[in-house]
Amino acid sequence: MRLRYLIPAALFLALGAGFVYALVAIQSGKKNPSAVPSALIGKPAPEFALPAPVGFAQGLSTADLLGKVTILNVFASWCPPCHAEHPLLLELAKEAKGGAFQLVGLNWKDKDEKLAAWFKEAGDPFSRIGADRTGRIGIEWGVYGAPETYVLDRDAKVVYRYAGPLTKELIRDEIRPRIAKLRK
Amino acid sequence: MIPELGHYALVLALLVAVYQSIVPLWAAQRGHAAAMETAVPAAQSQFILVATAFAALTYAYVTSDFSVANVAANSHSAKPLLYKISGVWGNHEGSLLLWALILTLFGAMAATFGANLPPGLKARVLSVQGMIGVGFLAFTLFTSNPFLRLDPAPPDGRGLNPLLQDPGLAFHPPFLYLGYVGFSMAFSFAVAALIEGRVDAAWARWVRPWTLAAWGFLTVGIALGSWWAYYELGWGGFWFWDPVENASFMPWLVGTALLHSAIVVEKRDALKSWTILLAILTFALSLIGTFLVRSGVLTSVHSFAVDPERGIFILALLLIAIGGSLALYAWRAPALRATSAGLFKPVSREGAMVLNNLLLSVAAATVFLGTLYPLFLDIVGGGKISVGAPYFNATFVPLMVPLLAAVAVGPMLAWKRGDLPGVMQRLYVALATAVAALLIALWLSDWRHALAAFGIGLGVWVIAGAKVEFASRIQLFRVPLRDSVRRAFGLPRSFYGMSIAHAALGILVIGITASSTWQTEVIKVVQVRESIEVAGYALHLRDVREVRGPNYVSQVARIDVYRGKVLEGGPRLPLVTVLEPEKRRYPVEGNNTTEAAIYTTWFADLYVVLGDADGKGGWVIRAYHNPLVPWIWVGCLIMFFGGLVSLSDRRHRVGAPRRSAAPATASAETA
Repeated sequence: MRLRYLIPAALFLALGAGFVYALVAIQSGKKNPSAVPSALIGKPAPEFALPAPVGFAQGLSTADLLGKVTILNVFASWCPPCHAEHPLLLELAKEAKGGAFQLVGLNWKDKDEKLAAWFKEAGDPFSRIGADRTGRIGIEWGVYGAPETYVLDRDAKVVYRYAGPLTKELIRDEIRPRIAKLRK
Repeated sequence: MIPELGHYALVLALLVAVYQSIVPLWAAQRGHAAAMETAVPAAQSQFILVATAFAALTYAYVTSDFSVANVAANSHSAKPLLYKISGVWGNHEGSLLLWALILTLFGAMAATFGANLPPGLKARVLSVQGMIGVGFLAFTLFTSNPFLRLDPAPPDGRGLNPLLQDPGLAFHPPFLYLGYVGFSMAFSFAVAALIEGRVDAAWARWVRPWTLAAWGFLTVGIALGSWWAYYELGWGGFWFWDPVENASFMPWLVGTALLHSAIVVEKRDALKSWTILLAILTFALSLIGTFLVRSGVLTSVHSFAVDPERGIFILALLLIAIGGSLALYAWRAPALRATSAGLFKPVSREGAMVLNNLLLSVAAATVFLGTLYPLFLDIVGGGKISVGAPYFNATFVPLMVPLLAAVAVGPMLAWKRGDLPGVMQRLYVALATAVAALLIALWLSDWRHALAAFGIGLGVWVIAGAKVEFASRIQLFRVPLRDSVRRAFGLPRSFYGMSIAHAALGILVIGITASSTWQTEVIKVVQVRESIEVAGYALHLRDVREVRGPNYVSQVARIDVYRGKVLEGGPRLPLVTVLEPEKRRYPVEGNNTTEAAIYTTWFADLYVVLGDADGKGGWVIRAYHNPLVPWIWVGCLIMFFGGLVSLSDRRHRVGAPRRSAAPATASAETA
């Protein structure tokens, strides 16, 4: 057997190993091909002021993000992954009551009454909600789909952004350590 | 009941495929003639069983049987019949079934029309085909069963992605799969040849029609997909170097190389192990394409069926099929020596084919690299990047320039020892035409787009080269016209096919160059009864109406198109056409689509998209003038036609001496 005939097989083996690794990394949640780092990382949150949706008390503006570590969640009642991550947000809300951080929502391209109906049934995890009915403020944030989650420091600088539904592992590995660090 | 029958048929098909993959191969190794022959009925019945399953699923779609989970998830009672049917393959499970259907169809055709193949080769080819069948049928049944039931059945379905409810896309997957899966025949022949340890002219002649058919279908499939992206996505472009597009383009490039190298095997008995490798790689790239699209390892603007679970299964299939065949290649290919260790001059027909193969495979490699680089960079922690059009334009286009330059020259060179100066002398007419076209293009673009003018010149060179070659074959103007006509009738069909396909390539190149260089784009907010201008047309927005479709609500703008400039006090110009771009909303699916309105002439498309209302009576209108863009699709169609003509060549029916007659007629008839 001459060695050069082995070249295609060897190259393919390397390629296959790469594919296997990529798939395993995706499935274990280590890599996410659709996760795109936000251009806002390390930059202050964009200026905005949004009213609360009808039926909710507190709206959301840039000023509300100052002075506290913040988790900002972009969500909508029409988005099934948002429903999927909702229980995790409710858990986070319990911790937020302790004052470690604030959990706020950006209600993106949604209808107020639909949101009210959903939260009446499922519970409201947020201390403040901004109603971004047209998605205008979402553009400022670089939102390209719901749900997305941002972590901001006390100066309202964006520290972390995740596109897609939250998972237990993600909160444990990515979000909690950052919150702990920011509180120091 | 009917879906259960389909399910049952699919299970039986898998069992038959298992038999087909084991017994004929074993029999061929042992020389057991009767057992080898069982491959034929096995392949035929496997096709009939899969066709039954496919018919059952189609029936469930047409009758809107929402107790079938797949139908409920992808169809809706209010959908037009065409899209109920195309919905069958508009989803992951159904498209796999279509894949299996085409695979078994090719297998059955090889079995039915391959009566003149040597029994050993036929048994081995069908056996390999059976193995691929086992893989895909098992994949379908175990991870993506389309026949699962829902209890209770929902009252109505969720509908098909509205972007896919489109005639262009209804037929895009079947053609693409005919191409992808068609290359499985070349693959099976290659693996069978490796097992036999024999590749000769007859083998090349048998492989060629299958390759040709698959290549033609893939050409149409890619063109349909690009056409769909052009008018449905509303971006005004026709090719985005998106991973999904690249996935279909790579097998096309390598398949084109295979098409040419197989000729060298046939005529010169050389390039054997290279041709075998190309046959394996073409199908490998088809499978890799499927993996990339379905597994979600790459992000793409249009991947519709992403599921990492299934990714594992496709990956396993890929590793076994391709890894196995490449290992077999490493083991057996060294034995495939050229019988006539003859001279192989760089300037000769076979030399030109080698150049063609070199450029096409390097081009495929650059596309491959650009497509997979983001994935592997991410794996090694190098960060997120996306590789876009600039990379592909910078790497792919320069490779195409020498290829196009050689397309006109190669076929005129003689086998073994070509005479380049002599050929160039005969090509002077083509060269002069090309230079003239280049200068005209330069002049028309105010001497600004030198590269684009060069592209136009290349395209004309390719077309004119094909014409000159034809003229020199029939000795036009050298012998009396009557003799020329007689010679023209005497030329083999494969020569006509090649000339047509090469000229079509020139048309395609001109279309691509012109439309990507001289596109004009106007985006404006237009009030009703206002006008905008684009490329010498005045577009007058008459009104925007609400219209109800069968399963959507639509806002339709009426735009009167006049030739010339906008005049004060309204248009008084000759009306050219009325364009009606739409914005559709599909309530069931909750999606919107834009339907561009296109006015096509021989030389350009006027392409208008209706955007959002600004709330003050104005509408965002995007208008593009795309010169020569129709030539792209016309070029692809002519290329396909060239393939068909070549497929009908007599030598595919008559076959090679001794190991005689190919299954060519089979593919010719279905094509």
